[in-house]
Amino acid sequence: MDQIRRFVKQNLKQNAMYVALFIIIIFFQIRTNGVLLQPQNVNNLILQNSYVLILAMGMVFVIISGYVDLSVGSIVAIIGAIGGYLTVTKNVSTVPAILILLVLGMVIGAFHGVFIAYMHIPPFIVTLAGMLIFRGLTMVILGGRTLTPYPKLYENISNGFVGDFLKIEGLNGTAIAATIVLILIAVFRVFQKRVQQKKYDLEPPKLIWDLLKIVVLALVVGFIGYSLAKYKGVPVVLLLIGMLFVIYNFVASKTVVGRRVYAMGGNEKAARLSGINTNRMMFAVYTNMGLMAAIAGIVFSARLNAATPKAGTGFELDAIAACFIGGASASGGVGTVMGAIIGALVMGVINNGMSIMGIGIDWQQAIKGFVLLAAVAFDVLTKESND
Amino acid sequence: MSNVLLEMRSITKTFPGVKALDQVSLQVIPQEIHALVGENGAGKSTLMNVLSGVYPYGTYEGDILFEGETCNFKDIKHSEGKGIVIIHQELALVPYLSIAENIFLGNETAKNGVINWHTTIQKTSELLKKVGLTENPNTLVKDIGVGKQQLVEIAKALSKNVKLLILDEPTAALNENDSQNLLDLLLGLKKQGITSILISHKLNEVVRVANSITIIRDGKTIETLKVGIDEINEDRIIKGMVGRDMTHRYPERTPDIGEVIFEVKDWNAYHPLNEERMISKSVNINVRKGEIVGIAGLMGAGRTELAMGVFGKSYGKRITGTVIKDGKQIDTSSVSKAINNGIAYLSEDRKAYGLVLIKDIRFNVTLANLGKISKNGIIDDYKESQAANDFRNKFAIKTPSIFQKAINLSGGNQQKVVLSKWIFAQPDILILDEPTRGIDVGAKYEIYGIINELAAAGKGVIFISSEMPEILGMCDRIYVMDEGAICGELKQAEASQETIMKMILSSRGRDN
Repeated sequence: MDQIRRFVKQNLKQNAMYVALFIIIIFFQIRTNGVLLQPQNVNNLILQNSYVLILAMGMVFVIISGYVDLSVGSIVAIIGAIGGYLTVTKNVSTVPAILILLVLGMVIGAFHGVFIAYMHIPPFIVTLAGMLIFRGLTMVILGGRTLTPYPKLYENISNGFVGDFLKIEGLNGTAIAATIVLILIAVFRVFQKRVQQKKYDLEPPKLIWDLLKIVVLALVVGFIGYSLAKYKGVPVVLLLIGMLFVIYNFVASKTVVGRRVYAMGGNEKAARLSGINTNRMMFAVYTNMGLMAAIAGIVFSARLNAATPKAGTGFELDAIAACFIGGASASGGVGTVMGAIIGALVMGVINNGMSIMGIGIDWQQAIKGFVLLAAVAFDVLTKESND
Repeated sequence: MSNVLLEMRSITKTFPGVKALDQVSLQVIPQEIHALVGENGAGKSTLMNVLSGVYPYGTYEGDILFEGETCNFKDIKHSEGKGIVIIHQELALVPYLSIAENIFLGNETAKNGVINWHTTIQKTSELLKKVGLTENPNTLVKDIGVGKQQLVEIAKALSKNVKLLILDEPTAALNENDSQNLLDLLLGLKKQGITSILISHKLNEVVRVANSITIIRDGKTIETLKVGIDEINEDRIIKGMVGRDMTHRYPERTPDIGEVIFEVKDWNAYHPLNEERMISKSVNINVRKGEIVGIAGLMGAGRTELAMGVFGKSYGKRITGTVIKDGKQIDTSSVSKAINNGIAYLSEDRKAYGLVLIKDIRFNVTLANLGKISKNGIIDDYKESQAANDFRNKFAIKTPSIFQKAINLSGGNQQKVVLSKWIFAQPDILILDEPTRGIDVGAKYEIYGIINELAAAGKGVIFISSEMPEILGMCDRIYVMDEGAICGELKQAEASQETIMKMILSSRGRDN
């Protein structure tokens, strides 16, 4: 009995955010009479949350390094505005415009990075300044107007779908094919890991757990894939998010650069005395955040198909909240890209579910606040009971 | 009225993996200065933390009787209420508050939460007079010297109607003059009826002021010497502190010393905040292959500052000087360059500068040489685990697995992890700064063994320690450092505590 309890506790802690997301989904699925998981709404969930997901993937590195970036909402706005200025006003074609925007995002991030890493001004202050500066400049560029519409190609980043190469009756073939390939890759990875663990004399987990993991994964991926296939297929933005996830998850968990960010956030002095150039790492983290904010800015403006002065207001808080809900620590050194994604989805499902239920934006705000507090309190409590 | 003020009966306190106190007893009579002596890590500070409630009732075994009453202190506030006040080694003053604010911090003279500044200032002036300070109560604490800060701490204790004052190494950071002042003050307070417990390493001070001396070794009470009954002199105390045969405290080793592999020449550096103050003064040292070279000195002698300056200019400003390895000048201007040139520096404070505590053993072991376990910037998990497991087995790191977080390890095992990290970085020169600080005796012996193995493998080891017996027991050659300068060099055969102390004192004499 005691063993079972310990087992549940151990696993609950490790997988708390997945469990939380699952419970929230079930709750809203029931309360919305099944609307939440209808194919069209699954599609909406992805599109609605795409920019928060992207921002959260950048923000989690900032939070792992021990700080936050308050400027990302304003960067989203100014990127949209400049994108509008380039493509709508100046008729620059989409591809060069996007390249310019990405570079610009990095320049803005690097601008913060210089003050933070090399002049040692607290990131909170630097990015607070950035938040004001870039919001103001957005208004200067737009002059109070809204720029619209973007070129079709630009708009398609958010509103387009990957073309259907295989015609199947009533279903999108590309989505089905992609789903099957993804599941096969997942199965292959799990078994590849087992083989390697055996090769290096490490104890792999019990086979039943890995099988269970595969089944759950296949069900989740399969369900999302099927839903998308029944609707309009794979959104372009999902492809983008998927690619970013693979890259950043890899960087965080498998690379020397990722390791250095964790070390810096965990103990900056020890990291420096271990030969890590913490200034350079800090600079890189904020430059990358600028890049991710630019991507989010492009995605957001493309989704609205308009550049507005108020775009991205409060996004920084959504992204930060997503990271904390996903298990990142405010004191640095702890956090995962997967966690940030889950955290963003928790927020996204709550938003979406409450909207379907007809709950007003006022209550939505308050409830999101409580969820953030509850998530972090739960995290702190389980950590304390561990010691 | 009983003639015992404080009695601690068979106090036992265990930390994960370490028995810090084992049936320790202590008896303090009213109006005495009771010295508590013992080596670093013997358990003196732990005992005082038990007494003052830092480790609350229930976390230790044994009884505390104060003025004949059994006391179960919940926290410091509780013990202070009874008149037991502890002044820690690291001063607990807030630098940007005034003397008056600091003295009444947490104990403000206030009505309904509004502070009465007139009485506060007035009371502070009285208290300052008692401790012999003439400072304005409104002076910020950061603007007075360490010696005066120590006196402010005592004034703060007096403001709490102290009956038993505990001072943990009060003179460690003070110069000779300030130390004498402080000791005179203690003698003065004794006349006014205040009893003190004095923890100190400076045995001459202990002999000068103490009425009783309790010696603690390895978490056990060894004996209590009383003035007037026992013969008291420094040698007698040292005998009690050291206890066992010196040869058994350090593993056997036959040095195999080769040519000079590492030299620091004409090293000068200034304090990072106070650019007028030199922290290294034309230092010249060298290390031979297979040699363990000690740097001895008092606290604040500038040893850590020198080591960190050499290691990637990690401390100090306007650093000049050359570092030579294998006859060639090398660039150590950044930590990564220093590491790439085969230098490792183990910090004196492993928790603040050595470990990422929230990460596991594996993470910490490979941190200084990620290149060895990665290819094109991608980490090979399995290689990494193997490396960590190798060190775990080789150094007998006591842990269920390499995935244990560093914060959950005992001091000795933490230090083994830090040593593993630096050995994994494959250095030729290891600068070890207080490698056995805060570690129990058994683990110390193991660490000494590791250091000897490093020397035997042909590496050059620079060994910095404040524990002179350790330096004498481990090193082939000893540099003596004081006030940022090397004031002497001794071969093992000619070195003793006395010769080292004489070198320090005579160098000071020259300056003045």
